[in-house]
Amino acid sequence: MTVNVEALLREALAPVEPPVRLGEQLETKLASLTELAQEELDGWELAAMRDPRNWVRPVIAASVAATAGTALVALRVRGSHRNRVHESANLLDLAERTLQDIAEETRRVLPDR
Amino acid sequence: MATDTPTSKAELDASFSELYKAHLRDVYSYSFYRVGNHHDAEDLTEQTFLQAYRHLERALREADGRPLRPWLIRIAHNLAANFYRDRSRKPESAIEDAGMISALHTTESLVEGREELRAILDGVQQLPDDRREALIMRFALGMDNREIARALGRTDGATKVLLHRAIRQLEGIIEEPSSNGVAK
Repeated sequence: MTVNVEALLREALAPVEPPVRLGEQLETKLASLTELAQEELDGWELAAMRDPRNWVRPVIAASVAATAGTALVALRVRGSHRNRVHESANLLDLAERTLQDIAEETRRVLPDR
Repeated sequence: MATDTPTSKAELDASFSELYKAHLRDVYSYSFYRVGNHHDAEDLTEQTFLQAYRHLERALREADGRPLRPWLIRIAHNLAANFYRDRSRKPESAIEDAGMISALHTTESLVEGREELRAILDGVQQLPDDRREALIMRFALGMDNREIARALGRTDGATKVLLHRAIRQLEGIIEEPSSNGVAK
């Protein structure tokens, strides 16, 4: 039996069209992750710190760089909030620890940043 | 793809959109032939583009105007490897290896009534991973040697040899059915 394997491969491994909904799902996911990051960072520990905006905002702006990974950073930082409160001597200490955690989590989750 | 590195988020988003439109079918086809079913192929494609979105800026910078398709397929390749590793840790959800693609194609009517195509697909499944991937990239995605080399992290020469050996091995498989029971 002699066969033209390359011709058969072209036929057998024909490109497969993705379902239309796949594109919609991906766009929705990207949008929601970015929005989630924005919301988490906007509301992030404002209750615990009286007016952190003046000095926290530059850090937030750096973190919310519109990557899907920023959502994970926000969630991880938020998740460790209680520990920081217990460990902090005062509000300033808490704020400094929070900034350190953001930087650390950003390095971990978004190592290229 | 634009060759200049985008400087703003809007430009980056536009580049991503362009990349996505141009290569969704490539990534999906690759994923489908790697994992063998549409459900997992969708997941793999989605994860590939999410990861691409995260690292696009750096990729554009480092690509220096070269096509990004090999980079995208390399992401899918790495994610697929993780997919199989994860599945191997969960035997209750392990995917079937033998006959996976042919069974799927039969179901999907992609090669309906074509025994020789089924034999080819069965044969492809029997190849070592690197040879199978090279064939998928060449024949399903139409990638040239240089693109495949970049996607697999090999030299152009090594890729040429890899493809040659993959095709020779596949010929051997389908021409000697009595020794492996593949071709009918």
